[in-house]
Amino acid sequence: MKLLTANFVQCSVKACSATPKCFPLHFDQQTADVPLELAHEDVDFSPEFIYNILPRIDWPALLITARELGNNMLPETTPEIENPNAPENEQILRDLHTLLLETQIIQGSMRCENCNHIYFIRDSIPNFLLPGHLVQ
Amino acid sequence: MEEKEAEQLEQEHVHEVYDRIASHFSQTRYKPWPIVERFLQSLPAGSVGLDIGCGNGKYLSVANPGIYIFATDRSAALVRIAAAERRARGADVGVADGIEMPVPSGRFDFAISIAVVHHFATRARRVDAVRSVLRGLREGKEEQGGKALIYVWALEQGGSRRGWDEGDSQDVMVPWVTRRKKKEGEEEEERVEKRYYHLYRKGELEEDIAAAGGVVVENGYERDNWWAVARR
Repeated sequence: MKLLTANFVQCSVKACSATPKCFPLHFDQQTADVPLELAHEDVDFSPEFIYNILPRIDWPALLITARELGNNMLPETTPEIENPNAPENEQILRDLHTLLLETQIIQGSMRCENCNHIYFIRDSIPNFLLPGHLVQ
Repeated sequence: MEEKEAEQLEQEHVHEVYDRIASHFSQTRYKPWPIVERFLQSLPAGSVGLDIGCGNGKYLSVANPGIYIFATDRSAALVRIAAAERRARGADVGVADGIEMPVPSGRFDFAISIAVVHHFATRARRVDAVRSVLRGLREGKEEQGGKALIYVWALEQGGSRRGWDEGDSQDVMVPWVTRRKKKEGEEEEERVEKRYYHLYRKGELEEDIAAAGGVVVENGYERDNWWAVARR
């Protein structure tokens, strides 16, 4: 699972979706059976892609996810970029590219802050299916 | 049909079947349908969207490379196959239920639901599945809002080899036959799986979209399927 995807997923439990705590899911508590494992996977760099996707990102949620995964380097607010191809913007766009698209969460768990349900990621695939008792 | 009974039917005749036939099914699903291709290629760069019920992920490589798609399916076996398609910059996959979608409301520019809603066994569940497709879309007037493409199998397909048509039963079991030779010279072993489908009659998809709170902006019929583009 790409780190970017964590910015677009929340708890599947219906009752949680009405609360702001269902998003983002948290990487702060990992289990011994499925310890957190990150990997770098090369993806072709496109400054336009990052530039275009920036307005779609929930920045406060991204800060939380990045911090929980050990990255404290992000600016506090969405970077303002006018020209994705200007040389002065290359570094920040490359850094975001590496963080959002090249950081693969190979395994680990994500926790809903509202109901504390844990969603596992295995072989780089997150599973959001709920056990019977959580389905309304 | 009760909700529990419907879920049981879907478990046996949709989820378990797709998990068993995943790799064989995937080999037969490589050609994108023209309407889906057109929809995906019309999206502007920077669009973020969902492919709900992505199967083997065949649409992940069709979309223009400037967009980002989170693709989900109920079948873990199919998602494993789809995962190979996400090497592309703008794609990722997950296992999720079509009704209990793990995504925030109102943040997506588009969603596609291709040959999925017809697998839910009651009208209430089909409307819920459509609602779940629409829920993720950004709200907004006309081009400002997100849009969804929904595609379902039609009852009216007199010209197809299945031969169903107007007036026939809409709830059917469709066989999936796998043949395999154990050893040279031996007889073929045949296994038949039955998949549940609700065949949509003309106008029914539009009714379900309206019941889910959506607005149809474009619709039509293509190769034995009804399709509609809808907004919230």
